[in-house]
Amino acid sequence: MRPPSYWPFVVPALVVVLAIIIFPWVFTIWMSLNEWKVGSPTTFVGFSNYLRLTSDPRFIEAIGHTLVYTVLSVVLPLVFGTFAAVVFHQKFAGRGFLRGIFIMPMMATPVAIALVWTMMFHPQLGVLNYLLSLVGIPAQLWVFHPATVIPSLVLVETWQWTPLVMLIVLGGLAAIPAEPYESAQIDGANLWQVFRFITLPLIMPFLFIAGMIRMIDAVKSFDIIFAITQGGPGSASETINIYLYSVAFTYYDLGYGSAIAVVFFLLIVLLAAVMLYARQRMVWTEIESGA
Amino acid sequence: MTGKQIIGKISLWFAVLVIVSPAILFFLWMLSLSLKFEIDNAAYPPVFFPEHIAWKNYADVLASNRFLTYFINSLVVTGSATVLALVVGVPAGYGIARMAAHKSAIVILIARITPGLSYLIPLFLMFQWLGLLGTLVPQVIIHLVVTVPIVIWIMIGYFETTPMELEEAALIDGAGRWQVFRHVALPIAKPGIAVAFILAVIFSWNNFVFGIVLAGRETRTLPVAVYNMISFDQLSWGPLAAAALIVTLPVLLLTVFAQRQIVAGLTAGAVKGG
Repeated sequence: MRPPSYWPFVVPALVVVLAIIIFPWVFTIWMSLNEWKVGSPTTFVGFSNYLRLTSDPRFIEAIGHTLVYTVLSVVLPLVFGTFAAVVFHQKFAGRGFLRGIFIMPMMATPVAIALVWTMMFHPQLGVLNYLLSLVGIPAQLWVFHPATVIPSLVLVETWQWTPLVMLIVLGGLAAIPAEPYESAQIDGANLWQVFRFITLPLIMPFLFIAGMIRMIDAVKSFDIIFAITQGGPGSASETINIYLYSVAFTYYDLGYGSAIAVVFFLLIVLLAAVMLYARQRMVWTEIESGA
Repeated sequence: MTGKQIIGKISLWFAVLVIVSPAILFFLWMLSLSLKFEIDNAAYPPVFFPEHIAWKNYADVLASNRFLTYFINSLVVTGSATVLALVVGVPAGYGIARMAAHKSAIVILIARITPGLSYLIPLFLMFQWLGLLGTLVPQVIIHLVVTVPIVIWIMIGYFETTPMELEEAALIDGAGRWQVFRHVALPIAKPGIAVAFILAVIFSWNNFVFGIVLAGRETRTLPVAVYNMISFDQLSWGPLAAAALIVTLPVLLLTVFAQRQIVAGLTAGAVKGG
């Protein structure tokens, strides 16, 4: 009997994906090669939009902001998320319910969250400065000062996305067998030693996946930054994505915006490749040192 | 219980408290802001439990005509984008899983990596040429960018784990492939479809970036409407916080009641599109 063909199942989705994912990509690349502004005629200009990027100080500054924002927004959730996963891996009363509460920040509507954080960041009336005053720390300007705006936004991003890291690592912890822990207990290892030499190496693959997903999301972070600061004060928190929005939908310079979109995508792919490479190097060192 | 065990228990509960308090305190503070009159919201030191509760903040938000419009917009956009995604995405997940066409997942991966704004530039022009701006159609279509990859991704994973034996038996008995899909594969896949549905609804409901570009005055979804309140209404925190809570409440309730499905879906790798 000839096995049935499954193509008809896929065709409708294929049409949709072609229309809303593949076509926009091809069209974006084409637009990036044109001078394309809303309301004026378009002209083919080759790579000049890309050349313009190399000498655009706002774009170069935005790359810096994006990298700082991304590194912090990957590392902090990884650290806190791993700790949370180790705790949620224990058995305690109400664990399921508390886990539900714990993941609420990442499911809640980002704009709604951003709005409340904006109120909490308020220098005079905000609850954060009040909490700092309780422990004797002077009031901060949070998102209203160029030096503290990115760390403040990272605080929101970390609060929001630590649960995702926790869930992924928790999945990893569930897969670890009990034997290494039993022998460690016999050898009298303390909690930190158990974590450092047994748990951590075993959850490394999961931490890597979490880090990768976190990187992809942090680089493209938009809602929180846009709703709280719109890239300000000045351009102190303007990441590539926020700048892309201004170019495309404030100035309606669609050709140049498309060039930014293409370079932005390549940058994300490059960061992912670097992480993969680093991971591979690490695995090899582990194997060598283990041998 | 020995002394050591008691210390262990106490430190475990302390750790749990530390971990969940940022989320609990944040949402309690949100609730507190939304239930206070301006005089309490502008007080320093802050008032946590007001003497008079401002139910009126909620009444004001719910009573405004526009709120109902925006709520319906959100329902239409999220509802249509989710249903359409299930209609095309569930069979696609089935087909891809049965053909073992794993390379096709790369398209989903690209969709996952691409910033949402990149879709907006070309599609914005398309909608303009087609004269669709000013209706909800552009938003329904562009929300498919979020919902379709989520549904396909989750369904591939789900159909890969469902047993083939029943389907093979049905084929041998002379059933057509659509019959097999409809009467054998689909009923087994119900839990997977529930996961895909819940996540598609949440991420479409929460989406903001597509709306700020494509929505006009009459076609705003709730997140966009709330954002616009910030700029016009900077100083009255009570109604603002009430509006924010109303917008996100459906999602928070889903999170608590469908926690198992959400966790299953998110850890399957299908996190957040767009």
